[in-house]
Amino acid sequence: MNILVCISNVPDTTTKITFTDNNTQFNANGVQFILNPYDEIALARAIELTEGGNGKVTVINVGDASTEPTIRKALAIGATDAVRINAKPHDAWFVTYQIAQFVKSNPFDLILTGRESIDYNGSKVAGMLGELLDIPSASIVKKLDIEGNQATVEREIEGGKEVLTIPLPLVAGAAEGVSEPKIPNMRGIMSARTKPLIVIEAVDVKTNSEIISYETPAPRGQVELIGADDPAKLVELLHTKARVI
Amino acid sequence: MSVLIYTENAGGKFKKSIFEAVCYARAVADQSNTTLTALSIGNVNTDELSALAKYGADKILTVTNSQLKNFINQAYASVIAEAAKKEGAAIVVLSNSFSGRGLAPRISVKLDAGVVDGAVALPEQNGGRFTVKKTAFSGKAFAIVELTSAVKVIALTPNSYKVVEVAKPAKIEEFSVDIKASDLKTILKEIVRSSDKVSLPDADIVVSGGRGLKGPENWEMIEELAGVLGAATACSKPVSDAGWRPHSEHVGQTGIAISPNLYIAIGISGAIQHLAGISSSKVIVAINKDPEAPIFKVADYGIVGDAFEVVPKLIAAIKEHKALV
Ligand SMILES: Cc1cc2nc3c(=O)[nH]c(=O)nc-3n(C[C@H](O)[C@H](O)[C@H](O)COP(=O)(O)OP(=O)(O)OC[C@H]3O[C@@H](n4cnc5c(N)ncnc54)[C@H](O)[C@@H]3O)c2cc1C
Ligand SMILES: Nc1ncnc2c1ncn2[C@@H]1O[C@H](COP(=O)(O)O)[C@@H](O)[C@H]1O
Repeated sequence: MNILVCISNVPDTTTKITFTDNNTQFNANGVQFILNPYDEIALARAIELTEGGNGKVTVINVGDASTEPTIRKALAIGATDAVRINAKPHDAWFVTYQIAQFVKSNPFDLILTGRESIDYNGSKVAGMLGELLDIPSASIVKKLDIEGNQATVEREIEGGKEVLTIPLPLVAGAAEGVSEPKIPNMRGIMSARTKPLIVIEAVDVKTNSEIISYETPAPRGQVELIGADDPAKLVELLHTKARVI
Repeated sequence: MSVLIYTENAGGKFKKSIFEAVCYARAVADQSNTTLTALSIGNVNTDELSALAKYGADKILTVTNSQLKNFINQAYASVIAEAAKKEGAAIVVLSNSFSGRGLAPRISVKLDAGVVDGAVALPEQNGGRFTVKKTAFSGKAFAIVELTSAVKVIALTPNSYKVVEVAKPAKIEEFSVDIKASDLKTILKEIVRSSDKVSLPDADIVVSGGRGLKGPENWEMIEELAGVLGAATACSKPVSDAGWRPHSEHVGQTGIAISPNLYIAIGISGAIQHLAGISSSKVIVAINKDPEAPIFKVADYGIVGDAFEVVPKLIAAIKEHKALV
């Protein structure tokens, strides 16, 4: 089975998010970038599904050369080979279009993404890719098993889950539960240096969205402390002042 | 032109987040002086459908095709796109629910539309520019996104728009579409719903527990507090990682982001990744024995104390309050 895992390069989760140029640019200064946590889960599952010589795992990223450490990390974790499409990821549509171009000439049995990227949080790439390739997609998948030519998927819904069967090829957005992130070992790190990473130039495509500016949430006011022996006071404040109960 | 709102149902009923999306779509339609068509797919009875008018729909389309009784991402996306074309919709609105996140990207490709997922405010239309504010960086920031396409898709974050009723009748019409066999590849085997509980993304009040609660056996008081408040329960990441609670309850940057009216954090330190998912809550209450815990920096109200003593007293106080009002 050949699996493609789409990976994105995102600010570390401890990053305090700030902006420059009149709040029009993300301030990447001093920011550590990591493999998107959900993509780590997707990658871990792909490696499990191909264990024992049962196929290979390709990772793909749309990004400039600065994302290569993250791609190498994915190779160290256990991907077989990697593709980088050389362009700034303008938006989810741009990213998806590039990946779809690659997949059209290099078909895969299964394509995994993360449920969302933790920077622009679109949850869009999986669905757009499914649509562009005219194959099924499932978003927010918490369990994924493959038997022969068929996937069994558990999809998150509000207050529960759905169990689905879907024939391959399929695009699935991996969430917690699908697998556990794998930590690269020494052998993985050594071999990652020599595993193939091919770079492809991006194709032109019209995009439909543009980030104009950013805002940071309004600072919250001072905390009002209530004595530990007087929770009734808290209830009163929540009722009369905050009006939330 | 018109505006189309897709109203997803859960077991034949519309949730509050769907009515929020209808009200939002009504306001979007009003911005352009146009009409709002609601689209429902699956088995929803006439009474329930009529409720959509109460929130502002001018016309209600219902799709009762037996092949579409259950949610099928691909097929539903096709039906919504077809309805948008039939109605000449320039803007398609849906809820950014778990299903909505699967639909919006597919619809946007079908309609060559720009898409804003996780919108938190009405669009602004200035000098021919159409912009929408959405969450970004997992709740650490917002992005203002301009959509430049003729057709636009907006998926609204639950709990970010107020429900207002309008008195207004609307006619209900059957809408029938042919479904391609290739859209029906996904087969639903089972739906599992924990029906007795409030679902976390939709909840007005959320009671959340962290590692300070020491172990899963201590969640009884969290459940009880949630019960008296009609709240959903949530937890921090280490709690779900340890298997004390299901992953679906994990809030934060790598869990779900929520924006309830009231978030009560108990035994949660307030790590940056946790705060990312909860900082758009309207009111935050923290109960923590450490006065230096970062959660107090974002909380509106706080109690410094031992949760095992404070929470039972709080439950008693709420019961007393409920008995009075
Ligand atoms: C990549 C990555 C992603 C992450 N994503 C998330 C995420 O999405 N969501 C998330 O929550 N975390 C996330 N984390 C973890 C995060 O960094 C913190 O470790 C986590 O939020 C801490 O959980 P906690 O507050 O329950 O536990 P702790 O930090 O251990 O805090 C426990 C708190 O309980 C208090 N306490 C102890 N006993 C009592 C008592 N008897 N009464 C009252 N208070 C008491 C303590 O004072 C302390 O403040 C992520 C981490 C990484 C590395
Ligand atoms: N630049 C990118 N290159 C490759 N894959 C990406 C890129 N951006 C996002 N993805 C994939 O799409 C998923 C969802 O991203 P998003 O739609 O931005 O939330 C991520 O978890 C990745 O798997």
